[in-house]
Order: sequence, then C-alpha cells, then structure tokens
Amino acid sequence: MNIERLVAMANDISRYFASEPDTAAGVEGVANHLKRYWEPGMRKQIVAHLSAGGAGLEPLARQGVEKLAELDSKLRA
Amino acid sequence: MLSIVEIDRGTPAVKSDRQVTLHIDGYSISVPEGTSVMRAAAQAGINIPKLCATDMLEAFGSCRLCLVEIEGRKGYPASCTTPVAEGMQVSTQTPKLADIRRGVMELYISDHPLDCLTCPANGHCELQDMAGVVGLREVRYGYDGANHVFAKTNHGDANPHFAPKDESNPYFSFDPSKCIVCSRCVRACDEVQGTFALTIQGRGFESKVSPSQNDRFLDSECVSCGACVQACPTATLSEKSLIDRGQAEHSVVTTCAYCGVGCSFRAEMKGDEIVRMVPNKDGHANHGHSCVKGRFAIGYVSHPDRILTPMVRQKISDPWRIVSWDEAIAHVASEFKRLQATYGKFSVGGITSSRCTNEETYLVQKLVRAGFGNNNVDTCARVCHSPTGYGLKSTLGESAGTQDFDSIESTDVVMVMGANPTDAHPVFGSKMKQRLRAGAKLIVIDPRSIDLVRTPHIEADYHLKLKPGTNVAILNALAYVIVTEGLVDEAFVAERCEHDAFEKWRTFVAQDMHSPEAMEAEIGVPAALIRAAARLYATGGNAAIYYGLGVTEHAQGSTAVMGIANLAMATGNIGREGVGVNPLRGQNNVQGSCDMGSFPHEFTGYRHVGDASVRASFEAAWGVPLYDEPGLRIPNMFEAAIDGSFKGLYIEGEDIAQSDPNTQHVTAALQAMECIVVQDLFLNETAKFAHVFLPGSSFLEKDGTFINAERRVSRVRKVMEPKNGYADWEVTQLLSNAMGYPMRYTHPSQIMDEIARLTPTFHAVSFEKIDQLGSIQWPCNDDHPLGTPVMHVGEFVRGKGRFMLTEYVPTSEKVNAKHPLILTTGRILSQYNVGAQTRRTANVMWHDEDRLEIHPHDAEERGIRDEDWVGVESRAGETVLRARISERMQPGVVYTTFHFPGSGANVITTENSDWATNCPEYKVTAVQVTRVSQPSEWQKRHQVFSNHQQALLDAAETS
Repeated sequence: MNIERLVAMANDISRYFASEPDTAAGVEGVANHLKRYWEPGMRKQIVAHLSAGGAGLEPLARQGVEKLAELDSKLRA
Repeated sequence: MLSIVEIDRGTPAVKSDRQVTLHIDGYSISVPEGTSVMRAAAQAGINIPKLCATDMLEAFGSCRLCLVEIEGRKGYPASCTTPVAEGMQVSTQTPKLADIRRGVMELYISDHPLDCLTCPANGHCELQDMAGVVGLREVRYGYDGANHVFAKTNHGDANPHFAPKDESNPYFSFDPSKCIVCSRCVRACDEVQGTFALTIQGRGFESKVSPSQNDRFLDSECVSCGACVQACPTATLSEKSLIDRGQAEHSVVTTCAYCGVGCSFRAEMKGDEIVRMVPNKDGHANHGHSCVKGRFAIGYVSHPDRILTPMVRQKISDPWRIVSWDEAIAHVASEFKRLQATYGKFSVGGITSSRCTNEETYLVQKLVRAGFGNNNVDTCARVCHSPTGYGLKSTLGESAGTQDFDSIESTDVVMVMGANPTDAHPVFGSKMKQRLRAGAKLIVIDPRSIDLVRTPHIEADYHLKLKPGTNVAILNALAYVIVTEGLVDEAFVAERCEHDAFEKWRTFVAQDMHSPEAMEAEIGVPAALIRAAARLYATGGNAAIYYGLGVTEHAQGSTAVMGIANLAMATGNIGREGVGVNPLRGQNNVQGSCDMGSFPHEFTGYRHVGDASVRASFEAAWGVPLYDEPGLRIPNMFEAAIDGSFKGLYIEGEDIAQSDPNTQHVTAALQAMECIVVQDLFLNETAKFAHVFLPGSSFLEKDGTFINAERRVSRVRKVMEPKNGYADWEVTQLLSNAMGYPMRYTHPSQIMDEIARLTPTFHAVSFEKIDQLGSIQWPCNDDHPLGTPVMHVGEFVRGKGRFMLTEYVPTSEKVNAKHPLILTTGRILSQYNVGAQTRRTANVMWHDEDRLEIHPHDAEERGIRDEDWVGVESRAGETVLRARISERMQPGVVYTTFHFPGSGANVITTENSDWATNCPEYKVTAVQVTRVSQPSEWQKRHQVFSNHQQALLDAAETS
C-alpha cells in the first residue's frame, strides 16, 4: 500500500495519544490501536518502513510502531 | 384521510397517575385524569360524532357535532374539549343532540358537492360517515346562494368563493370546493409537523385554507410531509395515488427505508399494489408522523431504470450480457475462487449495506468471514458514523445512542451539534420542534445557520457558529467552563465514573489553553457565548446532545464523539429520561449494519475478532475456523486494489463511487480490480465499473428488520414479490452455496434467531417477539426481556464511565492563498444520500440540482452572482456547480449538498480521515471558487463515461 498514506495515518493516531501525560501509556496506545484496527499486511508494511529508517514518522508514531513490532508476534514470523 | 385500519379516538391520549371514573350513557368508565369525554367514550366503544377532532391533534372544538349533555351542566358542551371529571354523568345520544347534529350537518352539506359516488374519499369520508350517523335526510337550503362548490354562479358569472383544484404538489391534490374548514390540516401543519405553512384566511363564510400567502402548495413553505393530507376528513387533500387507484383493501405494517429515524408505516394495499403509505400511529419512533420521502417518495421501486435481471461482462468496456441467475452466481463464484487461487485468500472482500436488512447484512459478513475465509468486510458506516462506534464504546461502553426519541419529551436543554434534523431526520426534527415550542432551551453548534436556529416559534438561545474543523476545540472550551466554574456533577462522577481517568481529564481540560478566551479566534465564536452555552448545558436541567455527521466526518471525529460523552458524564446528563448522547444516524439501518458485525475488526455486538472465546462461539456455529485479525477497511481496500493485492469485491447496496471521498482515487481503485460485483436496484455509479450486476430487491419486497438511531429493531414486511426474483438475503445465500460454504435458511427469521443466539445484546430478540411488542430496543436479553429504551441507567455498560483525553489537533486541511475557502457538505429534506432513490421520484421538483452556497462577501470578491456557474477546486480535483448566494454560511465557508452524481462533490473531497476509524473528513476541504463558463474536466469525462455505460446497458443482450 501507499506508504505515505500509512505514515500519515500512523501520525494521525499518534497525535491523538500525544496528550497522554504518561508517554509510555501514549506509546502503548498507538501500538494497541495499530494492532487492533490495522490489517496485518498494513502493520507489516509500517514496521518494515520503520526498519528502513521510518521516513516521515513523527516521534510518538515511531515509538508506537517500535512497540507494535515488539508486541505483535505475528510480524516476526 | 386517516389509515383504513386505525381507530380514531378523537383526542390524544393523556398520561396521568390518577384515574377518573365517570358514566357515559350508563356505562362506568375509568380513564387517566385530563382525558376528554370524547376519548373516554371512544375507549368504551361509544363513538360520538365528530369532524374537527382527530386523535393526531389537540382538541379544537369548532365543528359542533360532538356536543353532549352532562348532568348538572348547562347547555351542550363539546365532548372533545371537555375533560372528564369524577362521577360525571354523560349522555351522548338524546333527541335534542340529534336535532342539533342534524342541523349542523345540514349546513355543512349545503356547501359541499354531492358527488360522493365519484369522490376519491368515497368509503372513507368522515363527512359522508357523519351524514349517515346523524341521519341527515334533507338539505333545505339549496345551492343557489353563496357557495364554494361551483365555479359559476346561477347567473353564469364567476363564483368569487370558488377556487379551482391546486394540483401543484406532485403527490397530493388540494380541492377547496370540498373543504369544510375544520382546520385539521392547518393544525397538523402546526402541531405535528411544526412548519406553520397553512393558515385559515378570512373570516366567517370567507374562511378558507391558504398555503403561505395564498400560494400554490408547491410554491408555499409546505414541506410536503403529508400530515395535512392524513388529517383531512374529506377528499379536499387527497393523495394522487389514492385518486388514481381507489381505496386500499388491506394494510401491512412495515418500516421506512430512508433515514435513521426508522418510521413505522402502514403500506395500504390493493392486492400487491401500494395505494398509499400512512405513518403508523402505533409506530414507536414516529407516532404517526412522516416526511415527504417516507410517505411519498417510493415510486423508485417501480421506476423503469430499475434492473431486474442479472448481467455479466468481462471488461467494463464490454456491453452487458443478460444472464440467468444460475449463470451469474456460478460466474461470481468461479471468479472469486480464481482470484483467491491466484492472488491469495485475502484478495477478495465484501461491503455490506446499511440500506439492507440486518439479516442481509449479517449474511454478507458471514459469507466474507466464513466463505471467503478473511475479514475484508466493511460497511458504509465507515464513512459516516464509525467514530460514533469508537468514541461511545471507549467512554460509555456501547457503540450506540443512549436514549429513545421520546426521551426528548423530558429534555430541558437541547444541544444540536453538527446535525440538521429538520432536513436529514425530519420526523424526529418535528418532535424536537414540539419540545422546543413547549419551552426547552436550544443550543446549536454548527457552522451553518440551519433551519432550527430560527424557525416559526423557535429561536436558538445560542448559535455557536464555529469554523469547520474546530469541533474538538469548542468541546474542550465548553468542558473548560464546566470544570473551572465548578459546574461538574461531582456526586455523579464520583459514583459512576472511573476516578483516575476523570482526574486526568479534569487536569487536562482545565488548562488555560482550552479556555474560550484562548480559543475564540481559532473557533470563531465569541468566548462569552461559549461560556453562556456551557452554563446553560450544565445547569439548565435535563440536557441532551443530538449530533450528526458534522461531528463524525472530521479528522478528529472520534475525539469529538468522546468529547461529547465527556460533557454528558461530567454534568451527570446520562442514564435517565431526557438526557443522553444521541447520534442521529444517516441511513435506515446504519445502526443495524454496525451491530451485525460489518466492521472488519469485529463480530456482531462489537466484539473483536481477536477475542478467542467470541471467535470460538462463531466457529462452533458456523463450522469453520475463522481468521483472528482485522481485515481491510473500505479506504484500505482502495489502497490495496491500487497496489494490486485486492482484486474482487462483492458490494451489496452501496455506491462507493459516488459516496466515498476523492472520487478519482476511488474509480482508479475500482478499475484496478478484476471482479466487482454490484447488487443494487439501479446501475449506480459503482455499477458502471462492475463486471457483474445482481439485481437487488426493495424494502417492500422482503422480510427482515432494520435498527434505527434509537437501537430500535423494527420489522420490514414483504408487501409484494421481489420484482427481481429474489430477496437480497437469498442472493447472498445462493452465492455462498456456490462458493462452497453452505447456507440453508428458508426465512429471514431463522437468520435473526442465529444472530440472537450468538449476540448477548440480542439474545431475546426474535421476529415473534417484535411482532408482539411492535419494536424492541436492544439490549434485549434475560436482563432486559422487553428491551432497553434508556441505556446506562444506574451503571454504564462498561461498568464505570471513562473520561477520555481530547487534545485538539487542527486539521492538516488548511486554507492558503491557493485554496482560501473551506467547503463543507450537507443534506436537504427532499433528497436522500446519493439520491439513487429520491432522484427517481417527483422529489426532484424541490431539489433538482446541487448548488454551492456562498456568502455575499466571498461572492462579490469573485464577481459571482446568484445562478452563476462556479468552479470549485481543491487539491484533489475540480467540479462546477451553480452558485446560490446565501448568508447561512459565514464568510470564508462555502457549502453544498451531494445528491447528484454529476455534481462531483466528492471529486473535491480529500483522503484525509478520522485518526481512529478512517471516516473521511468530508466536512472540511480547502477550496478556491471562481466563475466559469463550462463544466470541469472531470465532469466532461464523467458525462462521456456515463453516456458510454448507459449505451452498454441499453445494448445489453440475452446470450
């Protein structure tokens, strides 16, 4: 899928969780949202994009995708 | 004319805790205090003659037919305006009363034509009935004198009292010569509809019914709801369909297939032909009222554009080939199997319809999950109310509105945000207006001056005319006032909500950056107004929020829904009558399609596909292993199609090529797919890109249920055979069987039984129970066997209510030098959604073209005059519309409706979407507007393409 679109969507999600005073909870929030609502192919693609440098991902989105890669066992398979 | 089967008790029912016992004609009768003598008599089966009284209206007391004698009282009081009293002794039939009544009727008939046998009301005329009841045997006055009956006087001159028929309204005829000036039409317009379009003009013998200032009906303020036609006791106001076809002989209760109000109707039938649609007095959502769409705009069902045979083609540039059902179904199954074999299991998917029944929607998602073996299923709620599902689930614990419509009767403060009920939910809009006329306060939060802001006998206390895209900012500012001015209902919050989440929210929202003063420039509303509105909402008694797509269709749609839920929880306005959070749903079955598991990440009842125990219950019932990961959402499907990984789509009753944003992106995606199957009534915009067309059935042609905005499950009943041969659920079942996943339902009730077994909130729902109760609001289960009108009573569905943080993030769609205006979109009363149905009815007489509303200031700057063609350009595309100069919008904001495909409203809208659900940001697009002399390039291409597709349809051949 168009990676710019996925990056924009991940950034949109992270901007919602940015107001969370506890950053760890914000990161968790982004990762869980991606896990619950994104089709696995999209998740794989955004994780791969992060491994390749993650151009365009805002800081919280980047952390969220990192966390997603950690907790999403299927992406490692 | 009233329904042919309903009993009219003359005056409305009264609610009272006290019963009063009286004697009517010797019978002892107990009724609630405040009931009229007329109604009390009717309840005992005693029918007092009447003309100006009907139980759809308040008593008026003008016709003098319903007089009675009451022991100990002087004279002959009108039974309609006389309330019952304890021990009252009433006589309804005495020689004196008979005399008076005959005299009254004689006068009526002396100015009424005697063409009963050829009159459309014949058989159901109340005047005729009363003449019979009172025993009228002669009319001594003759017709030589002044009258309203004949066009010419005895001397051959024009009769000054005569007015010819007004046939201007496409659906009903107004024949003043048959009018008895009972005022029922005028009162129906005032009391029921709230439009005040009709009046009695003149006095005494000069009195006559006049639409607006003696205009024709079509030119008047009349909104054609038909309440006057229903109320008319004679043939003065008659449906043209009744005049054409004659009286109906049977009546079937069903549910309207237009908006999310879900009105109950009686289809009054002659065999399998509909004579008229009459709103059901016992309908729990509408209580006998309707709008122009539900009552009149049903002609699309038999429109010649409707396609009744399956069609197939290899490429979209080929002519269609008419094929048998067997061939069409076999073709789809073999194509989908081929695609899955070639491109993988996940290369196909389906879209369920919010216009179809729950049973049909359920089957499509079952076919995708169990038959296709993936979760690539979504529904058009994606593009309207998906943020409602997300936002209300997160905060309150259930993805649905909290109240029933009747709850508004106990509301003191009505807050309407991003909704236009008088246009988009007209029957509920009328109910809201009734409550507002009775004194409830009104706060409107909307960038446009919708009708509710100022309409007869109603004026908003506060209209917060905010800039599009600042919903979350204004919700935070309102919350700031509530929190910092000590207006929080601390006891409610302490008892009912999560403590930590509330404290976090309170700290967050009390920051000065959220104050009305800090945000007024961004929001565009004076801080004082925001403060005053917040105080009214928090302290004005029972406060209820009603919202629509102006809240959800934003980049922060889900955040705004959570902001609304936060306000309701903070002020304790949830969990009882008169309060709550009420999403006004767009289509008839949006709530149902969401409830039925249409979203790619959840099963019925909003349970995630990753939940192992829920999934196990479906696996056991459906007999196949199910995928535990979310599938593609509609916009993801488009991306995947352009990518080459998504190849086949089964679309039931949804027109994504017209209704989804960024049309050119959508059509590129459709063209990238190998097998698009469209099941619909018409060759809609999407079908022009389809390879298989499966004809659909209308709501009149099948059994099933719809769920309206109040979570109300109502029956849809078949009144005629499907013109296309199959109900939609049967088509899905044929397809599933051909795909190798067997389905063996013989009636939709079996599908509902399966839904009930698998869904805790539906456990006690069945067709049989709906038939008994009329309708049921879910949750309906062992805890709530009769359903649940108001949710979150005593405890939230999720246990404790959860406050959510709602940071305002300005949309990335910003005005700049190139695109200096903001375009926002909306609806109009006479048209519905993409217009596929209403454009094929006489409703086009009210709205035959989408216009661009532009403020005089913006228009003048651009040299634009009313009616000029103007180009509207965004970064996504350009379209051309005619301008309408209007001050409904503030300067800098333009507005259009989107009911006609050629308007290309979605050519301009962008791919921006809600962060949580991908619901498109339809309501905010930066545009430039310029005067032009020709259609846009897209419109020219669209016209050529549409003409070509029409030619391919016309050339369709039987192979």
